[in-house]
Amino acid sequence: MEATFTVNGAEHTVDVEPRMLLVHVIRDELGMTGTHVGCDTTSCGACTVLVDGTPVKSCTVFGVQADGREITTVEGLGAGGLSAMQEAFKEEHGLQCGFCTPGMMLVGTALLERNPDPSEEDVRWAISGNICRCTGYINIVAAIRAAAAAKAEQPAVASA
Amino acid sequence: MLPSAFEYHRPSTLDEALALLAEHGEDAKVLAGGQSLIPLMKLRFAAPEHLIDVNRIAGLDGIEERDGALRIGALVRHNQLAASEVIARYPTIATAAPQIADPIVRNLGTIGGSLSHADPAGDLGSVMLALGASVVLRSSSGEREVPIGEFLVDTFQTSIAPGEMLTEVRVPTPTARSGGTYLKMERKVGDFATVGTAVFVQMQNGTIGSAGIGLTSVGLKNLKATAAEAALAGAEPGEDAFAEAGRLAAEASQPVTDVRGSEAYKRHVVDVYVRRGLARAIELARA
Repeated sequence: MEATFTVNGAEHTVDVEPRMLLVHVIRDELGMTGTHVGCDTTSCGACTVLVDGTPVKSCTVFGVQADGREITTVEGLGAGGLSAMQEAFKEEHGLQCGFCTPGMMLVGTALLERNPDPSEEDVRWAISGNICRCTGYINIVAAIRAAAAAKAEQPAVASA
Repeated sequence: MLPSAFEYHRPSTLDEALALLAEHGEDAKVLAGGQSLIPLMKLRFAAPEHLIDVNRIAGLDGIEERDGALRIGALVRHNQLAASEVIARYPTIATAAPQIADPIVRNLGTIGGSLSHADPAGDLGSVMLALGASVVLRSSSGEREVPIGEFLVDTFQTSIAPGEMLTEVRVPTPTARSGGTYLKMERKVGDFATVGTAVFVQMQNGTIGSAGIGLTSVGLKNLKATAAEAALAGAEPGEDAFAEAGRLAAEASQPVTDVRGSEAYKRHVVDVYVRRGLARAIELARA
């Protein structure tokens, strides 16, 4: 079955079985492996992508459901460089193994779109669908808040 | 683990969807948020031959009060419920919605899907039992309204007939001072409830006129604590009434010992949560 959608600004048409999960369409059909498969139970959020700006667990959506939608994966953050979120994760050491990081950054990015000045509690609630096995979340929260601060300081310079 | 193959349909109108459901009957499942169905399909506990994706159908995501009832469209997402100013006037729903699953799942999960899925660990089933809600089931040959207690039959089983789709949830708008809340114990965000309690109270001249109590994860389906509710009707709000209701609700629960806790522990939590929930409900009713 054919489905056409935009990924990180570029249009793609795929011909896949309806049962193919969006995460596998992104990873195997489109070759973008920044989106990860971390569990079998829709728990971990390593597969998180943005669909029309909204965080979605791509392991729990069929690829064909994304027809006509705009998808953002981690590869789409920062046009050619690093986005404010990615810079912040780098500066604040917001990752260790990096497996959960794409999901965390995308959820953080979506959060800042609707709440440009989140409290620590706001951030912790926003990432509560994403599990990290390495960091204990402290630097992840710091990174997302640092990105918020950076964007507040130089909104025209820091890209989404 | 991957789902088995199916034929995928994406109707653009409700009539189209109902026609497809009529055609395929028991071989078809409705795909709304998919946040319960797709995990089941990945485990192959569900293997429908036809999936009817209803997400593009307009008009099923409204929230409005009209003619004495709150009407919630089946496609209303949990995050929409959590953010709605109308729903804020129904605190049992408003406190439950942000506790369902996790914030990402809540972007897609729907009230229609949740109630149709009928997981005893589903939060909204207990909420609707406490509120005395009903569901509207439509097919290509008509429509019927079914009280939620009748709709939820057993574990993952509802009284929905092949060819029918849940299109709306109706909650009676309170006619007197009222309050309610949802208390949920979970090991971590996103886990199934260890225990969940939905409480609703409507006052009558300073005493409790009627109460609704729905229980999550302590039975083969969402349970309505009818004995506790009966004891509260006409009662003077206070610790004694709450304690009696908590005791009766705990007695009526049917928890199972598992990784989340022992049977005795879960019963105890039901007791405590019903008491706390009632105190909070009365506080809101008197506010």
